[in-house]
Amino acid sequence: MSVSIEVKNLSHTYSVGTPFEHEAIHALNFTVQPGEFLGIIGHTGSGKSTLIQHLNGLLKPTQGDVLLGGQSIWRDKKATREARFRVGLVFQYPEYQLFEETVYKDIAFGPKNMGLDADEVRARVHRAAGFVGVPEALLEVSPFDLSGGQKRRVAIAGVIAMEPEIVIFDEPTAGLDPAGCADILENICAYRRANNATIIMVSHSMDDVAKLADRLLVLRDGAIALSGAPGEVFAQAKCLREIGLEVPQVTQLLLELQSLGVPVDTAAYTTQQALAQLLSLKEGAANA
Amino acid sequence: MLKDITLGQYFPGTTLVHRLDPRTKILMVIVYIVALFLAKSYVSYALMLAFLVTAVAISRIKPRALLKGLKPLLIIIIFTAVLNLFYSGGEPLVSFWVFTITKEGVINAFFLVLRIMMLVMGTFLLTYTTSPIALTDGLESLLKPLKKIRFPVHELSMMMSIALRFIPTLIEETDKIVAAQKARGADFESGNLFRRAKALVPILVPLFVSAFRRADELADAMECRCYHGGQGRTKMKQLHYARGDFAVLLVGALLLAGVIVLCHFGL
Ligand SMILES: Nc1ncnc2c1ncn2[C@@H]1O[C@H](COP(=O)(O)OP(=O)(O)OP(=O)(O)O)[C@@H](O)[C@H]1O
Ligand SMILES: [Mg+2]
Repeated sequence: MSVSIEVKNLSHTYSVGTPFEHEAIHALNFTVQPGEFLGIIGHTGSGKSTLIQHLNGLLKPTQGDVLLGGQSIWRDKKATREARFRVGLVFQYPEYQLFEETVYKDIAFGPKNMGLDADEVRARVHRAAGFVGVPEALLEVSPFDLSGGQKRRVAIAGVIAMEPEIVIFDEPTAGLDPAGCADILENICAYRRANNATIIMVSHSMDDVAKLADRLLVLRDGAIALSGAPGEVFAQAKCLREIGLEVPQVTQLLLELQSLGVPVDTAAYTTQQALAQLLSLKEGAANA
Repeated sequence: MLKDITLGQYFPGTTLVHRLDPRTKILMVIVYIVALFLAKSYVSYALMLAFLVTAVAISRIKPRALLKGLKPLLIIIIFTAVLNLFYSGGEPLVSFWVFTITKEGVINAFFLVLRIMMLVMGTFLLTYTTSPIALTDGLESLLKPLKKIRFPVHELSMMMSIALRFIPTLIEETDKIVAAQKARGADFESGNLFRRAKALVPILVPLFVSAFRRADELADAMECRCYHGGQGRTKMKQLHYARGDFAVLLVGALLLAGVIVLCHFGL
């Protein structure tokens, strides 16, 4: 079972003491419950990547703290290192971190660093490869001979092979074709179901987060602009557009219909919800 | 992290020092270095120091940023200081075991450290106040006479500007790769020298792979825009000496002359 992760009054300033000093995030407060799927959205440069690098102790807060299961990840060196394994972080374009001679060795890098024995490492590599759909035959080839999409899967496997309780993904589907995107998202959900893991996903695709997330966090200039269930957040279409974000396509459609005078509820954000509404409308029209 | 390395970083600004023609600044740095090596006495060092301090003050570069640039050289500076402290002959001040510290040693060490520091700070002032593009433009223009003997001036300066252009990119990339490997539990801080060297592999391999990828992409992009070397190439920004440049060059000439004269009188 997973643990909760709590962000307290978190601020981060880059390049302190130089002319390039810049506060990327300011006084953030939120908690992610065990097993939750949190989506983080925000405009380019709003501080999403900066925020998530604090959650596993890669960046040290200039102010504030991050608590994992109620305890600060900065209380001592050991705790910080442990946080790296308990909170997995898949970076944007993770395929650029591949370095080993074979796919197997690359996926095994994380588990080996955890100090696990060879059998456990082997088991975890195979499990992780299974989650992301990397066939056994590929384990012995060089990661540099793979296609972009395959590299991405291998890199993701490299993180989930550590079997973290919380996994953070920074735009995991950037630059993939639609089928590839859907696959990766499905892999993420499979891992979540199997391990009861907490998932935090940064995304630019409103449709993806609408479909998957239990809760959304909207960042604007390093602060939380909106937060809540997808329905609540997407109901604030005006505010989102002000920030430079969009609502999911189905919500857009419903908003358009509403502006044309069709009586629809614009809180729907998945295709299913919208479909249900449109069907009932149609029935209503047929009965009339 | 690595971002804090300030080597070759440019701090944009609009001060007199920023606005000077890059050629003027390069020439001034050369003059300054020559004068620094000719300077032998307190008086001439004081003169040089006054020049450096004035230039820094005009440029509004924070002295702290300049001092930070010295950090990577700290070991060399300490090493030379210690070497000079013990291995200069002369009147002994203190001695213990096989070591003797002489008065000359102390003076030598002091001046050497001062010289290295002033040298580094002076050249850093150039890179801090001049954009890499301007710097290579200036260099290309200054080296133009060498074209007569078929020296590939343009190619060299193009290579330099590309290298300079990609330093921040590579640093950024390195930061990202380091972070990504740390997220997988890579440990770069502990262990003996051998283990630490081995720990660099997960950083260096992706870094080289991406550097080669970038080089390929850049070459393609340049060819697509019909780049074919320096022949017949014109510049968007032509360099022009302004009145300020002549004034500054005059100051440089006076500085050099002053130090030479002082040196001549054994001062
Ligand atoms: N290493 C760094 N040094 C200095 N400033 C940085 C650094 N990384 C990010 N920043 C700055 O911090 C701010 C937030 O950046 P961050 O990468 O967190 O944004 P983001 O929300 O992830 O954007 P994107 O959607 O483009 O990935 C930006 O203004 C950026 O310029
Ligand atoms: Mg980002």
